[in-house]
Amino acid sequence: MVVAIALVLVGIGTLLFHFMSPWWWTPIASNWGYIDDTILITFWVTGVVFVVIMLFMAYCAVRYRYQEGRRAEYRPENNKLELWLTGLTTVGVVVMLTPGLFVWDQFVTVPKGAAEFEVLGQQWQWSYRFPGKDGVLGTSDVRNISDENPFGLNPKDPNGQDDVLIEDSEVHLPLDKPVKVLLRSIDVLHDFYVPQFRAKMDMVPGQVTYFWFTPTRTGTFDVLCFELCGVGHYQMRGTVVVEKESAFQAWLEEQPTFAQSLAEAATGTGDALKLVLNEGEADSPERGSAR
Amino acid sequence: MNLFQQLTEKPWVTAHGTVVAFHAGRAFALPTAKIGLRVFLAVITVLFSLLVVAYAERMAAADWRPLPEPWLLWLNTAMLILSSVAFQWASVSARRGHGDGVRVDLLAAGGFAFAFLVGQLVVWQQLAALGYFAATNPAAAFFYLITALHALHLLGGLVVWGRTTAKVWRGVEVEQVRMSVELCAVYWHFLLVVWLVLFGLLLFT
Amino acid sequence: MAISTPAEVPAEVEIVPAAEVPEVELYHAKSWVTKYVFSQDAKVIAIQYSFTAIAIGLVALVLSWLMRLQLGFPDSFSFIEPGDYYQFITMHGMIMVIYLLTALFLGGFGNYLIPLMVGARDMVFPYVNMVSYWVYLLAVLVLVASWFVPGGPTGAGWTLYPPQAILSGTPGAEWGIVLMLVSLALFIVGFTMGGLNYVVTVLQARTRGMSLMRMPLTVWGIFVATILALLAFPALFVGAVMMTLDRLLGTSFFMPAIVALGEHLEYGGGSPLLFQHLFWFFGHPEVYIVALPAFGIVSDLLSVHARRHIFGYRMMVWAIVAIGGLSFVVWAHHMYVSGMNPWFGFFFATTTLIIAVPTAIKVYNWTLTLWKANIQFTVPMLFAIAFIVTFLNGGITGLFLGNVVVDVPLSDTMFVVAHFHMVMGVAPILVIFGAIYHWYPLITGRMFNEALGQFHFWVTFVGAYTIFLPLHYLGFLGVPRRYFEMGETSFIPESAQTLNEFVTVVALIVGFAQLVFFFNMAWSAFKGKKAERNPWKACSLEWQTPEMPPGHGNFGETLPLVYRWPYEFGAPDVEEDFVPQNVPPDQVITKKGPEGLPGGAAVQPAE
Repeated sequence: MVVAIALVLVGIGTLLFHFMSPWWWTPIASNWGYIDDTILITFWVTGVVFVVIMLFMAYCAVRYRYQEGRRAEYRPENNKLELWLTGLTTVGVVVMLTPGLFVWDQFVTVPKGAAEFEVLGQQWQWSYRFPGKDGVLGTSDVRNISDENPFGLNPKDPNGQDDVLIEDSEVHLPLDKPVKVLLRSIDVLHDFYVPQFRAKMDMVPGQVTYFWFTPTRTGTFDVLCFELCGVGHYQMRGTVVVEKESAFQAWLEEQPTFAQSLAEAATGTGDALKLVLNEGEADSPERGSAR
Repeated sequence: MNLFQQLTEKPWVTAHGTVVAFHAGRAFALPTAKIGLRVFLAVITVLFSLLVVAYAERMAAADWRPLPEPWLLWLNTAMLILSSVAFQWASVSARRGHGDGVRVDLLAAGGFAFAFLVGQLVVWQQLAALGYFAATNPAAAFFYLITALHALHLLGGLVVWGRTTAKVWRGVEVEQVRMSVELCAVYWHFLLVVWLVLFGLLLFT
Repeated sequence: MAISTPAEVPAEVEIVPAAEVPEVELYHAKSWVTKYVFSQDAKVIAIQYSFTAIAIGLVALVLSWLMRLQLGFPDSFSFIEPGDYYQFITMHGMIMVIYLLTALFLGGFGNYLIPLMVGARDMVFPYVNMVSYWVYLLAVLVLVASWFVPGGPTGAGWTLYPPQAILSGTPGAEWGIVLMLVSLALFIVGFTMGGLNYVVTVLQARTRGMSLMRMPLTVWGIFVATILALLAFPALFVGAVMMTLDRLLGTSFFMPAIVALGEHLEYGGGSPLLFQHLFWFFGHPEVYIVALPAFGIVSDLLSVHARRHIFGYRMMVWAIVAIGGLSFVVWAHHMYVSGMNPWFGFFFATTTLIIAVPTAIKVYNWTLTLWKANIQFTVPMLFAIAFIVTFLNGGITGLFLGNVVVDVPLSDTMFVVAHFHMVMGVAPILVIFGAIYHWYPLITGRMFNEALGQFHFWVTFVGAYTIFLPLHYLGFLGVPRRYFEMGETSFIPESAQTLNEFVTVVALIVGFAQLVFFFNMAWSAFKGKKAERNPWKACSLEWQTPEMPPGHGNFGETLPLVYRWPYEFGAPDVEEDFVPQNVPPDQVITKKGPEGLPGGAAVQPAE
């Protein structure tokens, strides 16, 4: 009896907790509402199974608790029942999986015309790069990285000269414009995640990964690193400000391009390089090409 | 009874159940030690297959520079083949009960195996002398790793070989070492095949 | 009461020869040391494995308290630095998964139960079996040693992802990681030795009549899990060796060109994702290496204590085999957001959700075993039922994470932490407790204290569920795992911290409640009531030994003959509600006497 009550309490308690919990997803701020919908479908399918099984067990625990002299039913298997259960489970799985795969197809297919920008992760800070006027991001290589060139851009690539560099953990994005986020790391794995956007992807040194989304409401959102990246992982934060197109353009105008920051570094006036990678070490720009 | 029948029988049906009451309790007619070796070989197969997959994966990267292939590797391969052949003879001799034959064959097999290992060491030195260190070149790193793991497995086999050979020289009956010799022979053939695959991989890439 | 043979038995059954499995050459210990220390008896090795695994597991338990203290009260424990915290989570995870769960289920229960349950005198290679334990012990010692080297143990997370694991921004990148990798390699070598024994013993050393489909599900679970482990661990081995070389020799298997903390490193061209593939090619089967033995054991506990045969035995066996096979083609569902080719997502999401079908069938069959049963709520039974609840819950959340697109927001959040703790932490450990209580009389010859057992059960089950259920919701909120402290965010309400405090307090209570368990085990071993033979009235062979606890060689003079499956509970027309596997048909006492038997054929008296 105690067991049956406990089973019912656990089943009902879990349900109650689910519906009454103050902890739920953050209000969405991107186009990935479909992901939330898929989660809800999964909740309904699995929730029904959970409750049914819990109640069934509770019933058995009461109805078939031990009685001296009672004999259990001897029926080693019931093919029909097992086939039905297998079939129903398969249906449930299909109901959950199918929408999931459709949404995933959208997730991995970047819409034509999505604006690109790059997030650069390193221990333990974010920086960002926009393609500039030409709309094309210049090539980059970790080996090019130096104090003057913290992004490791290829200085000879004309596409890179007008790239807008943001050596700050705050980035601005225009509202309602699909963006393809290119993810690059120069040291270890990181993961660029804004909970309100629902979309994330690891950044892996040695390759460029991506995901895409469309910001759907203005606001200021926290960026968190979502892949363990060393002892400062929990402090690797950033900010995304989603704003109207005009405000975004105004903000972008104020940011230095690659060519400008190189020039500033050459004249020694630049203070944009406060975030240089190795403050403690002597500057050795040629080290980047030593390998 | 084939495996499918075994796995579909209804164990609670008494009539059917009594028939399998005669079930011998073993799945294979082979001696236990041979089954043990086969399972172990399956594990090693997975190990080396994964290395091959990793090798192929890494090869696709831009910085892959193939290694030179020292001619000595061909000689080493020949040594390993001879070693395997000698073990096969030892195994046949053991089955026929030829104590002297087993003794000579075992010595030859071990000798060739050692020659292979020494040869591999020399290849390592040659490559190192040419400036191919594990850290400088991914192909070299894989070469050192794969040959080292292969050699370790061969060394493990040589431990068993040593114990068996010692027994034979102490004058133990052939019948008592027969199983060890046969197991060693199978293991040697297996390591030979592994080596041929790995060598082929190194040659053709 | 008439003694008779069931009717269907053909005449030739009367001349079943005595057991003919060739007798294993048993090693007879000559001294105390070879009997209890360097023992080749699987039962002693099992105890050694279990004690070592539980001892190191307790270290991991303490580490989890330290983690919870930091998470619950981030400003109160100044002695926990971020580096320490990352070392705690890493060692906690690795110890629990590998050194406790794998070692205890396979090395502990496998060694004890396989020979007894299949009717063998011992494992087939007892010497190798002994070495297996000592190599395992060495692996544990190397792991422990990493606390005493400069820099301490590795803090790379239990997944040990490179490049981070061997770079200076991670605690223990100097020596801790090397010792961890060496320890893993040793563990794998030791396990392979033991695993060969478990597999070959099941294949080749069963007693007469023990067909594959007459094996208890415990044996099936451990058998298939061992095969998985033998085939999966090489991947971890390869990964560990390659990472060791990257760390020590400067090779670039997993290391691309890197600028770490402002310094250009001498690496280039390697692929961090290759390690992840190797790790999870091992890591996903590892989940089932832990789960399948638990599946098997819990089936037996349910059946015995519900006094009913397991429902759908054949389906249960096939499900174990199917899950085992499928577990090798789902590994990349741990890598949906790893940066691998996103198109893999379709394949792995589909395989992952397919694996839910056989798993669900197992859950159904466990619950259907309770249907029309005669359930005794003994302590082992309580744990078995609690397993179903927690496994059901954890399995369900697995459907979220396996469905690729749902995994995108949830990966690396507390939802993942809650999911895998529920499904491969709490659920298997509940089975371990149930199993220890269940076989305690067999191992020690005495009964445990029922009241203490009940107390231990309720605190552990309710506590564990209370700890991990709410953590899922923190995950929905977007609280990441592996965060030393949350700090300031705009989206996490104050109440989340209150929840963390609550969870920490419950975790401490549940942790301390385990002292009751240990006290019960230790006290009852000496002062407990002497157990009667086969106290749970089970059918499987381990309870039918001539001595209890079973002696050297397990079965006395002759090996038992097996006449039926291990779940002959409540068979119609039989006087008792159970018939052990080794009772000859002509000695089964029926209710109605000879004529009442089905078939109504000629019946001979036994004598």
